[in-house]
Order: sequence, then structure tokens, then C-alpha cells
Amino acid sequence: MKRTVEFETIAEAVADAAVDAAFNLPPDVLAGIERARGRETSATAREILDALIENARIARENRMPLCQDCGLAVFFVRLGSEVGIEGGGLADAINEGVRRGYERGYLRKSTVRDPLRRVNTGDNTPAVIHCEPVGGDELTIGFMAKGGGCENMSLVKMLTPAHGRSGVIDLVTETVRLAGGNPCPPIIVGVGIGGTFELAAQIAKKSLLRRLDQHSPDPELAALEEEMLARINALGIGPQGLGGDTTALAVHVETAPCHIASLPVGINIECHSHRTRMIEL
Amino acid sequence: MTQARKLTTPLDDAAIAALHAGDRVSLSGVIYTARDAAHQRIIECLKRGEQPPIPIEGQVIYYVGPSPTPPGRPIGSAGPTTSYRMDPYTPQLLKLGLKATIGKGPRSAEVAEAMRRCRAVYLAAVGGAAALIASTVRECEILAYPDLGPEAVRRLVVEDFPAIVANDIYGGDVYRM
Repeated sequence: MKRTVEFETIAEAVADAAVDAAFNLPPDVLAGIERARGRETSATAREILDALIENARIARENRMPLCQDCGLAVFFVRLGSEVGIEGGGLADAINEGVRRGYERGYLRKSTVRDPLRRVNTGDNTPAVIHCEPVGGDELTIGFMAKGGGCENMSLVKMLTPAHGRSGVIDLVTETVRLAGGNPCPPIIVGVGIGGTFELAAQIAKKSLLRRLDQHSPDPELAALEEEMLARINALGIGPQGLGGDTTALAVHVETAPCHIASLPVGINIECHSHRTRMIEL
Repeated sequence: MTQARKLTTPLDDAAIAALHAGDRVSLSGVIYTARDAAHQRIIECLKRGEQPPIPIEGQVIYYVGPSPTPPGRPIGSAGPTTSYRMDPYTPQLLKLGLKATIGKGPRSAEVAEAMRRCRAVYLAAVGGAAALIASTVRECEILAYPDLGPEAVRRLVVEDFPAIVANDIYGGDVYRM
């Protein structure tokens, strides 16, 4: 039995999500910043975290974007085999939603058509859409507005199996150290371990859709997340790179099966202006 | 926490000499915006021996590409962008008398050295505090390169724009302290 979802329903849901995400910092992220503020021992760091809390309030009350970089629109879609879309294709519906949302919300359009010729497309499309075909009648659209400053500090590295767990921890810590103040710490670190060259990057990004306080369901990976977070925060980079205990708010790890010869690692850095929404249609 | 030092643009050598890495400043007056693409054009313009679209001497450049201006407000959200991308262009502007740049994240050793030589500072604003910073902007006008959209060069009038002195003329650098 096919379930039908209208093109318009998808476009409007995406538009609403884009606008809402731009203005309203998710409660779990705000709570994470407030917790970090409470623990922070550096006066400068506390001052910066206070500014971020104040910024979230002004953005919400004035309906202004949290950050002027309203991001490239990235989507992780789960499309059930029993779902039919009426009135157009799924990618077109998502792009139409991005177009409407970024226009209506006065959000910055930060997409250029061509990486070398660099002319802005003017409506923040095309979005980056990852679509996973699944069984059943599910249609779930995860949205992320991904800023450029933190994305620029991200990395994919093909480690070898001999590097193992400690090699992954070292790579993640070193990547965050080299990024320093550039990606707008306090950051959230998405780590994809395994898969292939491209899948490691993709699952690293996908892990960022988790709630801030949501650990991996695998206890071993949850422990790895905690260990990496402690190592990162021991770097002392601090909010905005000006020193302090709060370099990262969370580390999320996702894994995937991989080749016997490989240990791919994707590290996707996300800034504190963490704009995600989950749309279930 | 130190009290923020009031600064009014344009800036002279005496004002710059009084600043030390780590100082809080509260900046008021006219500042100009430029980021990647605008810098490229300004430098090309100087290469051709033409007058740049903004005055440089004694002035402040803010690295920002604001979000579109909503109705009833002077500007959209307007936080700093990452500064290292402007490093290749900055020494030349400092040589022409630019007194301060505002952005986020550390600068290259070349830029730090040029700031010492040319007596200029780099101010760090809080990245991602874009709605808060926008509330300190009183006026905004596009001066050049409107085709660049968010990257167009703008003239802003700000009042008590909050920042931290990141690099001073004495070699002080908050990112390396």
C-alpha cells in the first residue's frame, strides 16, 4: 500500500525548518552552553559563553539569524519504499523549501554555483541531499544548516588498521588542535569511523543530527566519545580560541563496516551555532 | 574582567598604542565591511593604481557578510567571519594606513609582523554572536560591489561594538597567550 506525500507538504516543512533553525538555538545546545558556562574556570571564556547565551535570546526574540552564515542546506533523508511523492520529485521539493525558507527568513544565501567561478546562486540552492532508501512508509528529513568556517576545519583521513582506537583519538585531537579558534569553538565534533573514503565523511556529518547529550547506543563507542571529549577539552583552546575549559560541547561517533585494509576516519567540525531540525512526514 | 575601553573611529597612532592584547574594547563610529571577494577586488583595484572604494588610512575593516536586512532593521545578523582567509591581502592594506581589522580566529605571523611595523591592531569579535553584534549597528549602506551580495562592501555606523584586542603593536597575541 503506497502512502502519498505532497510536493507542497515537503517544500513547506523544509522552509519552516530552515527558518526556525536559523532563529532558535535547540534547547539541548543552549543547555550544553549553560552547563559549560557553569563549569568554566576562565573569566574570558565565561564572558564569551554569556555572549552566546545572550545572542540566542536576541535571535529568538528579534527573529534574527543566530549567525550571519546561515549555512549550506544539508539533508539526510530516509525514504520508505512505500512512500510516493505527488506533484514533483523529492529533491525538487527540498530545494523549493530551501528557496522559500531562505527568502522568507531573510537568511543569507551562501551557495556558489561553481567552486572556481564562484557566482552566488542567489537562493541557497542546490541543497546537499543524502537519501537512504528504506522499507516501509517512513519519510524522515534531517536538516542541517552547515556554516563554512567550521566545515573548512573538517577532514577525511585514511588510517590503517594498525592505528586502531588510539590512532583515531590522536587524529581527532590533533585536527581540533590545528583548527584552534577558527571553527568558532565551543564546537561539536562529528566522527565517522569506517566505511569508505566518502562514507566516513557522510556518517561524521550525520552524527551531528543527534541531540547534544545523546551518546552512541554502543557503550564502547559512548566511552570513546567521552574520552575524545576529555582529550579535546584538555587542549585549552576554549571558546573562540581564547583559552578555557570549553573547546567542545560534545563528540558524536558513528561507525560503518569497512575494508580489511582500511580505517577511514571522517571528522566533521560543527560550530556552537548548531542548527538542525528533524522533519517527520 | 577589565572594563571595556571606548574607541572611536577613525583611529590614530595614540589610540592604537594604548591597546594591549586581551583588552576589551567598545568601538563606535564608522567602520567598513569586506571579506574574501571584496578584498580580492580592492587589491586588484590598487594594483591598477586606482582609488579603492573605501578610505583606508586610519580606518577599520570588519570581516563580515551580513544576512539580508529584514524590514524595520538597519542590518541583518552580522557576526565576524574567519580572518585567516584575508591574511594574504592584509599587509598591503596595513601599509596604506589601515589601523584595525575585526574578525575571528588567529592571524598569520606575516600579518602580526605587519601590524607591529604599521602600528595597527586586530580585534576579535565573538563568532556566532551575530544577532547580538547586529544590535550595535545603527546604519548600514552598500558602498561598492553590490553584485557580491553579502560580500558587498558596506559602510556601517556602530555604537559600542564589543571586541577583544587580539593582536597589539607590541607583539601581544591572545591566541598565543
